[in-house]
This record gives sequence, structure tokens and C-alpha cells, in this order.
Amino acid sequence: MAETLLDIRGLKTWFATDDGLVRAVDGVDLHIDRGETLGVVGESGCGKTVTARSVLKLIDMPPGRFEDGQILWQGRDLIPLGQDEMDKIRAREIAIIFQEPMTSLNPVYTVGHQIAEVLQQHEKLSRKQAIQAAVEMLRLVNIPNPQKRVHDYPHQFSGGMRQRVMIAMAMSCKPKLLIADEPTTALDVTIQAQILELMQEMKDKIGMSVMLITHAMGVVAETCQRVVVMYAGKVVEEAPVEALFGDPRHPYTQGLIRSIPRVDRAAEHKERLESIPGSVPSLLNPPTGCRFASRCKYAMDICVRGMPPLKEVGPGHRVACVL
Amino acid sequence: MTETLISVKNLKKHFAISSGVFSRTHDYVHAVDGVSFDIGKGETLGLVGESGCGKSTTGRCILRLIEPTSGEVWFQGADVTRLGSDALRQLRRDMQIIFQDPYASLNPRLTVGAIIGEALQIHGLAKSRKALEERVVELLETVGLQPDHLFRFPHEFSGGQRQRIGIARALAVEPKLVVCDEPVSALDVSIQAQVINLLEDLQEKFGLTYLFIAHDLSVVEHISSRVAVMYLGRVVEIAPSRALYDTPLHPYTEALLSAVPIPDPTVKRKRIMLQGDVPNPIRPPSGCHFHTRCPIAKPDCAQRDPELLEKRPGHWVACHYRG
Repeated sequence: MAETLLDIRGLKTWFATDDGLVRAVDGVDLHIDRGETLGVVGESGCGKTVTARSVLKLIDMPPGRFEDGQILWQGRDLIPLGQDEMDKIRAREIAIIFQEPMTSLNPVYTVGHQIAEVLQQHEKLSRKQAIQAAVEMLRLVNIPNPQKRVHDYPHQFSGGMRQRVMIAMAMSCKPKLLIADEPTTALDVTIQAQILELMQEMKDKIGMSVMLITHAMGVVAETCQRVVVMYAGKVVEEAPVEALFGDPRHPYTQGLIRSIPRVDRAAEHKERLESIPGSVPSLLNPPTGCRFASRCKYAMDICVRGMPPLKEVGPGHRVACVL
Repeated sequence: MTETLISVKNLKKHFAISSGVFSRTHDYVHAVDGVSFDIGKGETLGLVGESGCGKSTTGRCILRLIEPTSGEVWFQGADVTRLGSDALRQLRRDMQIIFQDPYASLNPRLTVGAIIGEALQIHGLAKSRKALEERVVELLETVGLQPDHLFRFPHEFSGGQRQRIGIARALAVEPKLVVCDEPVSALDVSIQAQVINLLEDLQEKFGLTYLFIAHDLSVVEHISSRVAVMYLGRVVEIAPSRALYDTPLHPYTEALLSAVPIPDPTVKRKRIMLQGDVPNPIRPPSGCHFHTRCPIAKPDCAQRDPELLEKRPGHWVACHYRG
């Protein structure tokens, strides 16, 4: 059994809004082992991003609050930690990259300045050393002509190049875990392929784990070893990637996989897509039972009475469904 | 092939870039640079390519939402690009568009009934208020919404429902051609499947012709009978969708297809990784626009423009060395 790096137990991150309490993350359990890539998939509003941000405590409080649960980082709970202690963990131990590389880079500083800032903060380097290290990081993520590009501003880079800069920044302190929140969603497919390959390369080079948050099942299938499927603030299924795609057990997972048109299946081309009727329930007043029950074609009386717990159905394969 | 509904010939759109006190034009963005294709009655032509390749501009030029710089668009015996404003208004009854962003394309201050009914009033298609309301309710039901949605505002709907409103609005005037500009890109996968199925049903029911613009190759392959691939303002390949996906001829199409992640971890493919980004459309590369990134480029590719030629029955490609 590999060493567990991150172990989230019963996490509840709730937000107080004018309309009431939004239970964005409502009892999530997941763990990441050293060196593995964990995919977290789900549709918008399922709580995957809030889960990721909770790990680094990047949630504005208020309106957000940790209602319950633990976030164990190498056995130590992060929830009670203060700003100073979190700063030691951010970047050096756990780094994060976001979906929108344009909004997550500061437009008024050069990219070199921004990478150097991280290095100076955490590695006690001089300004000159930090800039030199920034050049090396840019070279590492395959940005051509890094000596010159280090002095450029974010707007002078294309979307794919900006995401490379973000990766360079995240990698600069050699973290043990990289949280990638929809890193390729804003990019074209050919650029997406480049970035995914780069992340794999970086992962092999410094031996980190990756938590890849995405809604694209194709990306998950090609990059992750294990997958957690979330729906309306809860984990509904967790499985090794082969088991998840080969034998999905939760009706939601099945629906997700079948609703994607596939390029490689041109032969069966004109078959109809399977769609999941309805839309995601409101997290203001989530249904008491299984949250997927209202859209589930197998729903029974028992489903609306209580949320079924995750139960083991195969090696490392757990599902929250009564069936 | 069936009867041709619309025929686009050598369409060009160059956007002027001006700056300085006198707004002198000093450059042009070659957004669409000589695009030609036909769409048969009842057919769906997919138009794919990465961001900035000119696919949306092409769609909008056809409707003259953007004035094309040159070229012809033949629709029902008339050249759309030469029509006066009265004739153009008549034409818009026959050609409609569905936009990508269901949040930005619906007027937030109008009720759903007013949004859908507006075109009916402009074209004088409803004899009385009662007839108008009946027609709008009928349209709502056609796209899977409830009659009582009539008096609600766009913000009360989810993304998928808004896209249904957008579709109902386009269908109100009983168009022959609908340009679908990334209609499902902003939607979650399970909702995406609902909207794709709806578009397919409507096509069958009303005999619609679609120009389906999208960057997602899996979606385009699923819905289209023929697919045109664009790169930097030009069509590089156009073929029946099966042939395009089974035996792509252009190296760009090949790379694009190989970059699409397949949602099945057991499928392992050889990926053709394209280097670099799409060049700047202000100064597109000489000769074949793709030669700077092409894995099989030869010196003369930078000199000679490849023509779009029918290399196999119905399969057109613009490459000196393929087919």
C-alpha cells in the first residue's frame, strides 16, 4: 500500500448566502497516495473546485466555513492551522493551478517577477538567483527563448503559454502535490494535449502527486490512475480508472460516460446519445435522500429516504448507491 | 448529393486594425481568407477548428451579422452579400442562429415569451395577441419547456434551459437554415447530450439544415453528415464525417483528431503532438498556412498555396503531399 499524502475525511464546506446556507461540499471523503494522479470529476456546481480550494484553505471566510471534517496532510489536520503555517504548506508542499491562466496571473508584473516572488518567499533566494531560477523553470516547461521571455508580461503570452507559466510557478518549489483545477478547459485540443503531456513529464521529474479536477471524462481516462466522481456536494463513486470506465456502478457515472459522443466510434455513428434528464438539484435545500434520485432512472422509494453510504464493490471501488 | 441549399464561394473577412490619432488602418486580421463550401438541404455541415481559425466569423458572415469583405453566399437563388436591408430582413426568416453563450445572448429584461415572440411580431407572423401566445407556447413545448415559463425571465433558468430558449427563438420564424455557433460548448456533459438530441429531433421534425460550428470534434462528428476543418481562415479539409474520422488526409486534421482525449482508458493511441501555437492571423505564414507546424512540411510548402481539391469522392483536401 502506497503512502497516503492527503486524506480528506467527512469534509463539509458550507457558504452562508443571502438565500440561505449553500452546502457546496457536504461530507466528502477522498485520499491521494504518493505519486498517483487522482481525477475528481463532476459537473459544474458539484463541489469539486470548493473541495480543492478547501485543501489550501483558499476559501473566503466568511461567507464560507468548515462545518465539519478533517483535511489530513501527511497525518496533520490543516483545518485548525493559521495563516503563517498554511503559508509554509502552500507552494512548497501543495501547489495549485487554475483554469483561467489570464486571471490568475497578475497583469502588471512580468512573469519572471511572479515566479521569482514565489521562490524568494519560500526558498530564501536573492533577487538575482530567483530570476535565474525562474528562467530555468520556464525552460523546464518548454517555453522557447526563456532568457528573453522571463521579462515579458502575461498578455504577451498565448493561453497555452500562460498555462505553462502557471505550471512553472507551481513547480518552482517542487511541491509534493499539485492540485490542477480544470487546467486545460480554456484551451484548444492540440494545446490541451501539450499541457497534459507537460504535466505528466513534470510529475515524473519531481515525483509529485496530482489531483486533477475536470469535467472532461476523456482527460480523466487518459491521465488518471484513480477517479472520484462527485455529484451535488457528495462523492458518489470512487474507483481505479479502468474499473470506472469498464464497470461504472453508479447510475450517474454511467450516464456521464454514455452521454459523451466518441470520436473513435465512427462506425456506430448515428446512435443516439444517452442523456440524463433534468438538471443538478439546488444545494440550498438538497434533497434528503440520494441527491441523484430525482434524475435517476432506477430510483426507488428507499432512495429518497436517506443518502446511501459509500460501500465497497470491488478492489478500491466504492459506490454510494443502494443498487 | 441532395439539392444545395446554400453555397459559399471564396468568402473573405479581413478586420482592419487601426490606431493613432487619425485611426489609420495599418494592418488586417485575415479572419476568413477564402472559404468555400456547399450545404445540401436537410444536411448538417460541421465546421471545426481551434479558437481564432475563423469558424464563427464564417458563420456570422453567412448571416451578414458581420459584413464579409468579399466573396459570395448563394441562398435560394440570391447572393446574400448583395441584398439590401429589406431583402435581408426577409432573408433572416429563413436563416437563424443559435449562439454559444446562453447567458449573454438573451435579453435579461425581457420575459421568455417576449424573447421568443419578438421575431414573430417583427415578421408579422401572428395575427393576434392570442395567436402569438399560442405559437410561443407551442414553441416552448417543442423544445421541452413548460407553458408557464412564458412569463419568467432568463436568469430564472439553468444553462441548458436557456439554450432551449435560444433554440425556440431561432425556430419561431420557421427558418430553413440554422447556424449553430458552439451551441453546447458552455454546457455540462449531461446537459450537452440533451441539447444535441433536441437539435437532432428538431432537424428531423422540421427538415432543418444546420451549419454546426464547434471546437469539440467528438460533438461535431456525432451530429454532422459532413465536416469541414478550418485552420487560420481557410478550409483545409472537407469530407463526409465517417471518411474524415476514419481516413483523415490533411496532417492538421490528423493531429487534431489524435489530440482528442478518448473516454476509455483501455484505448491507447499514438498522439501526433503539434509544436507551438497557431500563428498570428495578422501575418499568416506564406504558402500553406499550416507549414510552420506541419510534421510533413517540405520547403515548397512555404511558397505555394495548396488548393482545396477533391482527392477522393466527396473528400476535399488542401495539401500538396496528401491524398
